[in-house]
Amino acid sequence: MEPKTIIEKIWNKHIVHREKGSPDLLYIDLHLVHEVTSPQAFEGLRMNQRKVRRPELTFATMDHNVPTIARHIINDPVSKVQMEKLEENCKEFGVEIADINHPDQGIVHVIGPELGLTQPGKTIVCGDSHTSTHGAFGALAFGIGTSEVEHVLSTQTLWQSPPKTIEVRVNGQPGAGVTAKDIILAIIAKFGVNAGTGAVLEYTGEAIRNMSMEERMTICNMSIEAGAKAGLISPDEVTFDYLKGKRHVPKGEAFEEAVMEWKSLATDEGAEYDSVLEIHADEIEPQVTWGTNPSMGTSVYGRVPFPEDYEDPGDQKAISQALTYMGLTAGMAIQDIDIQHVFIGSCTNSRISDLRSAANIVRGRKVHSNVRALVVPGSKSVKDLAEAEGLHQVFMEAGFEWREAGCSMCLAMNDDIVPPGERCASTSNRNFEGRQGNGSRTHLVSPAMAAAAALEGKFTDARKMKPTVV
Amino acid sequence: MEPINEYTGIVYPLEKVNVDTDQIIPKQFLKRIERQGFGQFLFYNWRFDDDGVARSDFSLNEEQYRSSSILVAGKNFGCGSSREHAPWALLDYGFRVIIAPSFADIFYNNCVKNGILPIALPQETISELFSKAFDGYSLTVHLEDQQIKDHEGLHVSFDIDPYWKEMLLNGWDEVSRTLSLEEKIQHYENLHSGV
Ligand code: SF4
Repeated sequence: MEPKTIIEKIWNKHIVHREKGSPDLLYIDLHLVHEVTSPQAFEGLRMNQRKVRRPELTFATMDHNVPTIARHIINDPVSKVQMEKLEENCKEFGVEIADINHPDQGIVHVIGPELGLTQPGKTIVCGDSHTSTHGAFGALAFGIGTSEVEHVLSTQTLWQSPPKTIEVRVNGQPGAGVTAKDIILAIIAKFGVNAGTGAVLEYTGEAIRNMSMEERMTICNMSIEAGAKAGLISPDEVTFDYLKGKRHVPKGEAFEEAVMEWKSLATDEGAEYDSVLEIHADEIEPQVTWGTNPSMGTSVYGRVPFPEDYEDPGDQKAISQALTYMGLTAGMAIQDIDIQHVFIGSCTNSRISDLRSAANIVRGRKVHSNVRALVVPGSKSVKDLAEAEGLHQVFMEAGFEWREAGCSMCLAMNDDIVPPGERCASTSNRNFEGRQGNGSRTHLVSPAMAAAAALEGKFTDARKMKPTVV
Repeated sequence: MEPINEYTGIVYPLEKVNVDTDQIIPKQFLKRIERQGFGQFLFYNWRFDDDGVARSDFSLNEEQYRSSSILVAGKNFGCGSSREHAPWALLDYGFRVIIAPSFADIFYNNCVKNGILPIALPQETISELFSKAFDGYSLTVHLEDQQIKDHEGLHVSFDIDPYWKEMLLNGWDEVSRTLSLEEKIQHYENLHSGV
């Protein structure tokens, strides 16, 4: 048989209907739902007297605008309506929901894997662009709009044109203290926010193979920031070990059988992609973004660029607009940028390993007096685990605020916002204008780099901050 | 969804690249539970100052673009979040056609599903449109023939996936179309009962 990529294998297995001149009708194995992009979809079902076709393949939670402090006081009446609406809709249509008080509550892309809902070979969709996170398990996972949410609710399928396939080969091993976040930021800085348009990326290479599942999730999470529809990684022993024992994963013999099948999904030796991008992990340094899209970044030892450094006049204009918005001067050193806020959280970096990595730097030290710093765990269970390990103490003693799980300052739909003109070192995934609040200025970094910035009040190489006595 | 075929409208040039969905509709306006009424929030942070007063330095606020309905923008338009509120806001504001060198995938799909025609054209044509789009400059788009014309002799053709084209021309409700394939879906489910 002709060698195939995992992308083609999953695609072919899910074709319900194929006809000339039309996209393929694909079956969807798991549909995740949250409060912001679903109300109009449920409304559409109601208007047309339709039901949810497979409620058992649908799972809902609240994350985007939940308060992360004083859980029950939702100041914004409209947020409140959205959350109540989700409860009502789930009840009416028989969909399981982890609501704000539920022990499983959390950011939708953090809890899917935690609960074992995310599995290799599945097609997974959610009305959220960072659904690509689930690709870390060798699933084909992508974000959809509300019309498509409605379509999946009522038909459990989606019309999709076969994507291009791109291999992103990450060669070599990163140096100590260089994280998955630095690698994905470096990939986007190198290849741009358009690199993956119309394509699914498969990350391969030594650096990827040596990553934990949580690191792989950070990588796949940001595929959309390279413009890709999805990003994934062929499953291996690391994947299977992570999944074993998770609630929704088959047990005992059924698990062994599942593993056999999952193994067969991995991209075959000699399979061809439409194109290949390559990067060397050992050349990557801790990254900091300086602009208003995720490709506008550089090493912590770098400088803010000059618009003239770019050839394309459109890019030049974009760079100077970005610098104006960010309040930065071309040519200044990244390490001279002062920050006022630090946000450790989001579906990119709010898992236990992220919190541990930040805590290792923070332990026994103090947050700089100019900085307000926040840790927002990705899920209730991450929070519980961190507390069991005493990480909350480490953060709070240093002067961080320790919050309840949610999206929080990643998109500032709740009360956690960065004021106009102020700067935030953030472990999230988007540094768009106004993302963290109107006029806010976001610099994307890894959890370790965010922690180091919190202590110094400006960017500094986190690798220089040796952990104090544990 | 309203069908679209031959369409003439005034062009609004938005000379920016990588316009993201946070800019098209800032997230503080995502909290409604309806589909209508988002037009007032379109490009909110560009159109209005902190006190909600229209900014004179943002061109969409100029008289000459008041009734524009064809948006021309730089590459990678609509990147970022999957929020369908972005096309809802554009449509509600009055834009039926969006022309750019390239679009973000999810945004493109979201447009088509709401009856907005997204057209990708080469950068040179976009630059030409930018230089012409003043004082009521209008374009006529013909979807059936995949052609765009102006009154000054511009005449270009564009590509569109036949499936999307048909959907837009007919104003189809995709769900009904899919449900007509019920047997196929059922068949798939029977074969994969483990799912
Ligand atoms: S954490 Fe941020 S990026 Fe992730 S789902 Fe929430 S809002 Fe979206």
